[in-house]
Amino acid sequence: MPGPYDLLVAPFAEFAFMRRALVASVALALGCGPVGVFLLLRRMSLVGDALSHAILPGAAAAFLVAGLSLGAMALGGFAAALLTALAAGALSRVTPLREDATFAVFYLFSLALGVLLVSLGGTGIDLLHVLFGSVLAVDDAALVAIAAVATASMLAMAALHRALVVECFDPEFMRATGGPGAAIHAAFLVLLVANLVAAFLALGTLMAVGLMMVPAAAARFWARGVAGMIAVATAIGAASAYLGLVLSFAADLPSGPSIVLVAGIAYAASVLFGGAGGVVPRILPRAHLRG
Amino acid sequence: MRRRTVLLASALGAFAARPALASDARLKVVASFSILADLASLAAGEHADVLALAGPDVDPHAFSPSPADARRCAEADVLVMNGHGFDSWMEKLARSGGRKARLVLATQGVATIRARAAHSHGHSHGHSHGHGAVDPHAWQDASRAAQMVRAIGRGLGEARPAASPAIAAQAARAADELLALDSWISGLFAPIPKEKRRIFTSHDAFAYFGARYGVEFRAPRGVANEGEPSPADLARIIRDIRRENAKVVFLENISSPRVIEQVARESGARVGGRLYSDALSAADGPAATYQAMMRHNATLMRDAMVA
Repeated sequence: MPGPYDLLVAPFAEFAFMRRALVASVALALGCGPVGVFLLLRRMSLVGDALSHAILPGAAAAFLVAGLSLGAMALGGFAAALLTALAAGALSRVTPLREDATFAVFYLFSLALGVLLVSLGGTGIDLLHVLFGSVLAVDDAALVAIAAVATASMLAMAALHRALVVECFDPEFMRATGGPGAAIHAAFLVLLVANLVAAFLALGTLMAVGLMMVPAAAARFWARGVAGMIAVATAIGAASAYLGLVLSFAADLPSGPSIVLVAGIAYAASVLFGGAGGVVPRILPRAHLRG
Repeated sequence: MRRRTVLLASALGAFAARPALASDARLKVVASFSILADLASLAAGEHADVLALAGPDVDPHAFSPSPADARRCAEADVLVMNGHGFDSWMEKLARSGGRKARLVLATQGVATIRARAAHSHGHSHGHSHGHGAVDPHAWQDASRAAQMVRAIGRGLGEARPAASPAIAAQAARAADELLALDSWISGLFAPIPKEKRRIFTSHDAFAYFGARYGVEFRAPRGVANEGEPSPADLARIIRDIRRENAKVVFLENISSPRVIEQVARESGARVGGRLYSDALSAADGPAATYQAMMRHNATLMRDAMVA
């Protein structure tokens, strides 16, 4: 019968790959938390998903040119996703088609292009498997890249925080006062793509958005203010990363899906018991006071 | 007058020769993947042109045939597949091809090993090796490969009865060659004590090799053909490598190197090179033919055991 130490600490004490996985996914949660909250507030929750697929053709093209280099694939993916984000954003501003529709078109197009490029490669390694990545295979270079993105992203989000909040809730005011709305939006998209690429390095494209959107959606049920939501989302993300790794080690499950699964359970608990609009506190308004 | 007779005779001769020519023409053979194609060429010798659908360095598990592949199958006289769920897409191609090419099952009559339950492949491409849980990688044992060559030879002979004796002779010669290879491999491992015959690799495709040549293989489940191994699996293999003080782990040509590299980093073993399990290498690689592949794998493993 394994004790709490064996369950919660020993895997990380014994194995460096578990420590790397923990550092990478917690760093990812720190970077993705704030970005996810703003995506949620801007009603762009699915844009993250769309953009994560836009990484594919860039990464595949880089693979065809440079081989199995994670650095090249990350750069290629970053360029492709950023191009998609800016092009879709710009198009939706100058055409009557709404941003979500434009994003859907771009994302399906780049997914098709990516699959095409992957099959052009025709090499033995099924590139899709490489693209899915594994938090267990994070090496030093990927770890440094993920930590750098998380740090830069947190600093940038802090610097842009006020402008983002204004642009989010009162774009008319922003425009009326001559605020740089388009520039803020573009900067936000850059941060979004950088975080997605970092997530792609660790979790692969399939799971990249999980640590971004699920904690943010859960945080909505605990805090009403933006800063509070960011704090809660980041905490839920980091806790999901740790508990997901513990779960996957103990129950012999793949790590990436386990992390997102735990985040999903946290979301379900938040929907039920969250202090800000959760189901149970609404039905039993005083339940949380009685403890 | 005489001249004309000669001309007429040679014209008649040419006519008479035509049907014979048609049956002497080389068979068009399409095999599902590179290793099987090489075995088929060994069996057929000069009697066939052999083409592989999943080519060198291409993982047959992950292979999806293109319309051009379907056309190649439709134009073929004989299709060669491995069976046991390994290349079941070949059956679909054979059925949809229109023209009836003869489908030859290379593992017909070859004794099988059951896939170990703990290592059931679970290749996540909709065709797991769950078909009766038979391990399909029989060619990793050269004596079984010899039987496969004979089976392919029989199939080719049935497709072209006129050339059947010649093909049978050719297949028998090739089978003898593979039996020589078989004893060469056995001899390579003979001096190595049993407890040192242990190989850590990324894909559990060597059960037949292990059974035939007395080598024990350890592979983290799911590393090769699924994106995500479980950490408990990685932990197990890292503990094994540390406990047994193994010096070398192997990559395979068809699987992603990232996870096994992590295992190497963590366990202090070095990556000892690339084993070829389910696909040959390109022509300029170390495993361009079946026999080169078996020699390459066996030599790498021997070097790892004595390291």
